[in-house]
Amino acid sequence: MAKETVIQGTVARDGEPVGGAYVRLLDSTGEFTAEVPTSATGQFRFFAAPGTWTVRTLAPGATVDRTVVASQGEVAEVDVALPA
Amino acid sequence: MSRTDVLVDADWVEAHLDDPKVVLVEVDEDTAAYERNHIRNAIRIDWTEDLQDKVRYDFIGKDDFEKLLSAKGIANDDTVVFYGGNNNWFAAYAYWYFKLYGHQSLRLLDGGRKKWELDARELVAEVPTRPATQYKATEQDRSIRAFRDDVLQGIGTIGLVDVRSPDEFSGKLLAPAHLPQEQAHAAGHVPTASNIPWSKAANDDGTFRSDDELRELYTDEGVDLGKDLIAYCRIGERSSHTWFALSQILDVPNVRNYDGSWLEYGSLRAVPIARGSEPGAPQAV
Repeated sequence: MAKETVIQGTVARDGEPVGGAYVRLLDSTGEFTAEVPTSATGQFRFFAAPGTWTVRTLAPGATVDRTVVASQGEVAEVDVALPA
Repeated sequence: MSRTDVLVDADWVEAHLDDPKVVLVEVDEDTAAYERNHIRNAIRIDWTEDLQDKVRYDFIGKDDFEKLLSAKGIANDDTVVFYGGNNNWFAAYAYWYFKLYGHQSLRLLDGGRKKWELDARELVAEVPTRPATQYKATEQDRSIRAFRDDVLQGIGTIGLVDVRSPDEFSGKLLAPAHLPQEQAHAAGHVPTASNIPWSKAANDDGTFRSDDELRELYTDEGVDLGKDLIAYCRIGERSSHTWFALSQILDVPNVRNYDGSWLEYGSLRAVPIARGSEPGAPQAV
């Protein structure tokens, strides 16, 4: 785990975790890399490479993009707040 | 054939949920998904447990396929509608597989499970029962399935479409970053293959892009839609998604899915392999 470059976080709406949302990892050119559904507690995790990524969250009625910079061997935390 | 013959949308599915001649089939990588909930009256097919032979490294045989579908309550004249997770990877794979054994009326729910969920449509836990049938399959339709020798002999004449990520194609990675298992011995791609990642055929919500967008997507990368084509990936399910786009939506006449894919090809002794982002030229054997 120590060597992995990780992007992870939680998706929430009004402070409540959102399970079953879809989180897409897009590379610096906007190309799709991976997609995971959030867990029941709203969590997601990607194994990525160092660099700049877009985390795009899809949920009923909302699409939210967050930019994240991942560093070698570190965990980048991204919390996504969906509009109410 | 056009997209309206092979794709249905959620409204169509909702209107046909109680039609006994329509069978909704969910196919996922994450088999727990169906157990949590699914579209009402959908049955499940497990692409590993149900569709792979227990001894040979191959699909189940025709007799076992007939037994499976009979037990699942699918009749020869039923319309089977597939959907699932992973942007319909495994649903497309099952569609192709059923077509291989001759099922006539097949559809894919555009957008799969993801779009259904994003549209906040109803999902239930109740598992339906279907009375057993007496299903009859055909021999495998080899016009849609490619094997190792088809690929080797086709280098330089057949259009090869590698639908993996650019890093897998170039040889930087042996498998997608989040799926490290099942790696081939060597990295790279089949010489002359074009790289069009499967995901480019779909929108964010999992639906397929328009006919014009799809056509451009492949021709921009040098794919000749007038040639025989073979699509491949790592184990043949992402390439089923692309096979569906090329063969079923764009109606390209001769497209085969190479289900051995890179897991097989990249473990073969003494075969030509190309690295880097370019297709590469045919190599002297």
